[in-house]
Amino acid sequence: MTIDVSDFSAYPHRHLLGIEGLFPHEISFLLDRSESYVDQNRQADKKKSTLRGRTIINLFFENSTRTRTSFELAGKRLGADVINMSVATSAIKKGETLIDTAMTLNAMHPDVLVVRHPDSGAAKLLSEKVNCAVISGGDGRHEHPTQALLDALTIRRRRGDLAGLQVAICGDVLHSRVARSNIHLLNTMGARVRLIAPRTLIPDSIERMGVEVFYDMKEGLQDCDIVMMLRLQKERMQTSFFPSVREYFHFFGLDYEKLSVTKPDALIMHPGPMNRGVEIDSEVADDYGRSVIREQVEMGVAVRMACLEVLGLPREIDDSTVRNL
Amino acid sequence: MAGAIPRQMPGKTAYINAHLIDPATGLDEKGALLSDGENIADVGPGLFRVGNGWQVPDGVETVDCAGQYLSPGFVDIRVEVGEPGQEHKGTLASAGRAATGGGITTMVCLPNTDPVIDDMSVVEFVARRARKLGLTKVYPYGALTKGARGQELAEIGMLSEAGAVAFTDGIHATANARVMAQAMSYAATFDLMIIQHPEEPQLTEDGVMNQGELATRLGLSGIPKQAEIIMVERDIRLAEMTGARLHFAHVSTAESIDVIRKARAAGLPISCDTAPPYFALNETAVGDYRTFSKLSPPLRSEQDRQAVVAALVDGTIDAIASDHSPQDEEAKRVPFAQAAFGGVGLNTLLPLTLELAHNAHMSLIDAITLITSKPAQLMNLPAGRLEVGMAADLTVFDAERGWKVDSGKLMSKSQNTPFDGRPVQGMVLRTVVDGRTVFQLNDEA
Repeated sequence: MTIDVSDFSAYPHRHLLGIEGLFPHEISFLLDRSESYVDQNRQADKKKSTLRGRTIINLFFENSTRTRTSFELAGKRLGADVINMSVATSAIKKGETLIDTAMTLNAMHPDVLVVRHPDSGAAKLLSEKVNCAVISGGDGRHEHPTQALLDALTIRRRRGDLAGLQVAICGDVLHSRVARSNIHLLNTMGARVRLIAPRTLIPDSIERMGVEVFYDMKEGLQDCDIVMMLRLQKERMQTSFFPSVREYFHFFGLDYEKLSVTKPDALIMHPGPMNRGVEIDSEVADDYGRSVIREQVEMGVAVRMACLEVLGLPREIDDSTVRNL
Repeated sequence: MAGAIPRQMPGKTAYINAHLIDPATGLDEKGALLSDGENIADVGPGLFRVGNGWQVPDGVETVDCAGQYLSPGFVDIRVEVGEPGQEHKGTLASAGRAATGGGITTMVCLPNTDPVIDDMSVVEFVARRARKLGLTKVYPYGALTKGARGQELAEIGMLSEAGAVAFTDGIHATANARVMAQAMSYAATFDLMIIQHPEEPQLTEDGVMNQGELATRLGLSGIPKQAEIIMVERDIRLAEMTGARLHFAHVSTAESIDVIRKARAAGLPISCDTAPPYFALNETAVGDYRTFSKLSPPLRSEQDRQAVVAALVDGTIDAIASDHSPQDEEAKRVPFAQAAFGGVGLNTLLPLTLELAHNAHMSLIDAITLITSKPAQLMNLPAGRLEVGMAADLTVFDAERGWKVDSGKLMSKSQNTPFDGRPVQGMVLRTVVDGRTVFQLNDEA
């Protein structure tokens, strides 16, 4: 089967390094493409040959199971050759390894590089060093664009449209690239975003990104359509952002009591992996009437297929778009 | 390269047809200067003037300045050199060449070398190396504490005798309040000046750029401006307590400047400098992770930048230093969080300082004051004035001539300028140290 790539010019950027700066129609285009893969992924024969002969390298400088697996599966289902590279990062030589590794891999002529790195801006830096398309699988606290896209796809399928929805993003916003990408995407698509967290986990001036900030769960969750919980990134916390997990859960963990103020059909989301009993009560997480956490994982593969397909096939690229994408 | 410079005593040289600028006396008119050997022998508007022309006696070498400015050689009171210990980033020779190319004839270098300048032998090493090179004159700061580690006092009395001009832990703040109080009290015994890099390290720990919206968008940890304000406020209290002379390096925030302004109004012996990035750039220069714009202190908000300009105009900030901090490629071609702090500045000190005049914030002579007589006076250096009997350290420059800052074409060994690509005005044509021309612009190049 052949794919008509003529409409791929709807996404004219060479890379996908973040959501910031994307236009609504570009996001919709990626979501529409993703949609077409959801059914395919539910069939017995999941494989296509769209990307046959293409090479995708998953370059992960940070531990990841789900994102890496998701990209790997997506690439394979499109018929591409997928290589996984996990680069152990010693604290001192990380940066050198990034550039060196990029140059080495570039010499092997990959078509798409998927990169995850613990430093913000690393995906951008790498994209300047290679000739192929780069998809960010998460860079530091900066962005995690495919996560925001899969979240959007999940919401869109449940609610039909993102515009007008009231979304609460709760928890460790400070360390979260998922939160930043979601803020950009949801604002671009016309949803309204609230953040709820203790002040120590809210980054400076974030309200300038077009969000409302709350420090009380029940106040912030009032009448929300969507509740996005964030993982508490304890590994990124060197100092004390809150006194104890017990106290954190008491004030900011999602349980039925706090959920009682949202719209009755509000969806519960979490990018995973979850810290049960820390940011989310186990019962709530497993409430399949409202929790769409497993659906998010499913949508992840579809979204990554769309991104790999669009960026991996030849298309018209407009390099005059100086929006760093 | 250094060995190629002739070291015999220079003869008499007449610099005619110059626009003389001497901030110390306010001289700002057409005239000439005569050097005899290493010193200035005469200077003034009437010198060698005959009618509308110039007449120089036989046997005197003549340099026609073609109406361009002739000022005291520039004095740069904050330079990181790299030698000894970090020669891959910069050496006394490479910094000397970059400095002479930038019109700088005197520089004071930070003690953050390896070994640290906390011992008389290192002071003497730097002085001896610099003398031998015969380029820009180099004076070292001594470390305030051993190893610049902020714990035990260095032998600042003896370091001072050996030639250290003032005392600082350089790129590190002397953070421990008790150590700082004792250092200031002890320094006051000998009337020595202490220089602080005002930044509370506990507040800046993982920070890599100015805290605010941009850092949040980029996902980079912020350095709050309060880190600088708190340290300035604390040290002013300590200066009050101990009576020490205190100088703050590269102030960058509106609030810390306000605090300094008030302390000076109250008569405390407090001074401060800033560097071109803090009056010519703001945090947006970080753009999408430009590591050349990763500086310490970080580039601040536009409001802070404007406050720095205002403080230069009203005199709260005494001087401009280049804050030259060479970093090699390895240290900058990495993700932003891992990149080294610092930017080179020797080559761009003049044009960026002149922006203050070109943008009509102050007169040209006032701008030149900030890089000649004021810093020399602060550090008590025999430089920065066109005075008979003083060393003939001179800079001839064209204040209008435009060029584009190009990382890759600067004269320093490292090329990490935060001003890459910026069109600037002001070009050094000739630099004279002790009566010898050590740099001359080659227009063919």
